[in-house]
Amino acid sequence: MSADLAIETQNLGRIYTIRNRRERRIRKEVVALRDVNLQIPRGELFGLLGPNGAGKTTLIKILTTLLAPTTGWARVAGFDVVREPHKIRPRINMVSGGEASGYGLLTVRENLWMFAQFYGLPSREANRRIEELLRRIGLADRIHTKSSDLSTGLRQKMNIVRGFLTDPEILFLDEPTLGLDVNAARDVRRFIREWMDAHPDRTVLLTTHYMVEADELCDRVAIISQGRVLACDSPEALKRRLQRDALFDIEITAPNGLTSSMLEALPGVRKAVLTDADGGARLSLILAADSALPGVIHVLTERAVQVRHLTKREPTLEDVFVELVGRPLAEEEVADGQ
Amino acid sequence: MGSEARPFFAPVPKASGWRLFLKTVVARAYPRVVGQQRERSWIFFDVFLSILAVSAYVFVYRAIGAPEEYVGFVVVGGAMTAFWLNVLWSMSSQLYWEKESGNLALYIMAPNSMMAILLGMALGGIIATALRAAAILLVGSLIFHVQYAVENLPALVVVFILTLAALYGLGMMSASLFLLWGREAWHLANLAQEPIYLLSGFYFPVKNLGFWVAVGASIIPLTLGLDAMRQLLFPSGAALGFLTVPVEVVVLAVLCVLFLVAARWLLGYMERIAIRKGRLLESRR
Repeated sequence: MSADLAIETQNLGRIYTIRNRRERRIRKEVVALRDVNLQIPRGELFGLLGPNGAGKTTLIKILTTLLAPTTGWARVAGFDVVREPHKIRPRINMVSGGEASGYGLLTVRENLWMFAQFYGLPSREANRRIEELLRRIGLADRIHTKSSDLSTGLRQKMNIVRGFLTDPEILFLDEPTLGLDVNAARDVRRFIREWMDAHPDRTVLLTTHYMVEADELCDRVAIISQGRVLACDSPEALKRRLQRDALFDIEITAPNGLTSSMLEALPGVRKAVLTDADGGARLSLILAADSALPGVIHVLTERAVQVRHLTKREPTLEDVFVELVGRPLAEEEVADGQ
Repeated sequence: MGSEARPFFAPVPKASGWRLFLKTVVARAYPRVVGQQRERSWIFFDVFLSILAVSAYVFVYRAIGAPEEYVGFVVVGGAMTAFWLNVLWSMSSQLYWEKESGNLALYIMAPNSMMAILLGMALGGIIATALRAAAILLVGSLIFHVQYAVENLPALVVVFILTLAALYGLGMMSASLFLLWGREAWHLANLAQEPIYLLSGFYFPVKNLGFWVAVGASIIPLTLGLDAMRQLLFPSGAALGFLTVPVEVVVLAVLCVLFLVAARWLLGYMERIAIRKGRLLESRR
C-alpha cells in the first residue's frame, strides 16, 4: 500500500446473517457490501453517494473498526482494520447524521470536553479548540447550553465539532446533514470545506444521499448501490460521461398510460424516468442526441399527453445515478424501503 | 476564504497509556458527578421516597416491639439501597442506553480502554450516589433517633469500600451481560430489583433467611457488606450477624476481584461479538 493512501480496500464485502425471530434455526444472509475496491489518497474529500441501504454505513463501520468484513481487506492510515484497530483508532473520528451522542444534562462545552478526553487531548487545549470550532461553525453562543436544549440542527453542529476536535487524520462523516434544514446544512458543508482547505493533509470520507452535497463538496465520488460501487471519479468526470448526451426535462399533463419503457423502446432514448408532479407528471430524458426528441413528442401526442414545459439542461450527478442504477435515487430508496 | 486557510489549530501531543486511562475515567465520571446534580428531582425521588420506604419498616418494627437496633438496620439498609438502584439502573443497563444513544460505538471507536469507561461510570455513580445515601442516612437517623456505636472505624471504612468496589464490579460485569442478553434492558433490571431487596436483607438481618439462602444471596455484595456494616455500627449487630466480619471482608475481597476480572473479560467478549456480528452496536433510532 502506498504511504499516500489514507484508505484502501480490496474486494471488501460484508454479509449479515439474520436469524428468524420465531424459528431461530432459519437464517437468512443479506449482502450489504460486495467487492468494494477503493483507493483514497491523503488530503482527499471523498464522497460515497447512494440511497439508504446501499451499504454506505456498513463500509464506514468497517473502516472505523466497528465491524469486521466477511471478505477482502481494508487499510486505514496504513493499518489493517481487523488486525490493527488499536493503531487506527487514535487517527480517526466519526460523526453520523441524526446521532444523539453525549449527555443531555451536560452543556455543549462539557460534552465536547468529555469526548476530547477519550482521545487524550489536554484539557486546556480541548477547551481552546472547542471555543475555536464552535465560533467557526456558528455555535459559540450556545457553549453553555445544555445539549438537551439544542435543536436538531444545533445538536448536529455540536456533533460535527466533536468529530473535528481531535484533529483526526481521517474523518468519517456518515450523512452529516441528514435531517437538517437548508441553513444548518449549508453551515455544516461550509465548515467541512473550510476544514479541508486549512488542513490539506487531512482526509474526509463523507457519505450522503444528497446529490448537491456530493457535487459541491467532494473531490471524488463513488456511486454505490446495493453494496456495489458502480462508478468512482470526480463529479465533473462523472457528469462528463453524459456530456455528449442530450438531457431534457418535460413537464406533462396526466400520462394516460404512458410508461418509461415505452419511451425507452424508441430509437435514441437511453433513459426515461417518469415521476409524479403537481397536477401531472415530469419526464426526465437522457437522449443519445437532440434528434431523438421528435419521436418522444410523437408518442406523447399519440396518447393525448400535453407538454406544459420543456427544458434542455446540463447533466447532474442525479443523471449519472439514473444512468448507472436505472432509476432515480428517491425511487431506489422507496424500493429499498419495501 | 483567504485568511481562514491557516490550520484551525496546531497538533499537540495526546495522552496515551495510563494517562489516557485516567483521563477517560475522570471524563466518564463527570456526567454523573456534575450532570446528575442538575436534575433537582433527585431530592424527591432518591431521598424522600426512600425515607418513606424506610419509615414503613420502622413503624412495623416498632409496632411489633422488635429490638430498637432494627430501626438502625433499616435506615442503613435504606441508604445502601441507593447504591443498589444506581448499580442496577445506571451501571448494568448503561451500555444498553449508551448503545441506543449512539455513544457506545463512539466509546469503542475511541483509542481509550472500555474498562476505563466502565470504571468512570462506576466512580461517577459512587460519588453521585454517596450524596443520596448520606442524605437518606442523615435524615433517617435524625427522624428515628438512631444510635450508632462505632468501635472500629477503620474496619467500617474497609467494609464500606470493599462493598462498593464489589458491588460496582458486579455492575460493570452485568453491563456487558445485559447488552449481550437483553434487548429490553429495563425488564432485566426490573426482574433483579425487588428480589434483591428481599434476599440481601436490606430491611432486616439476612441471618433470618436461613444459612443456605443467605449463602446464595451473598453473591450480591450488598448482602455481606450490609451485614458486616451493621455488625460494626450497632452494639448488638454482632449477635444478629450472619458471618463474622473478617470472613465477610475476605469474601467481599474475593467477589471484588472476581467481578472486576469477569467485567474485563466480558467487555472484550462483547466488543468482539459486536464487531463480528455487527448488530450489537445498532441503535433503534
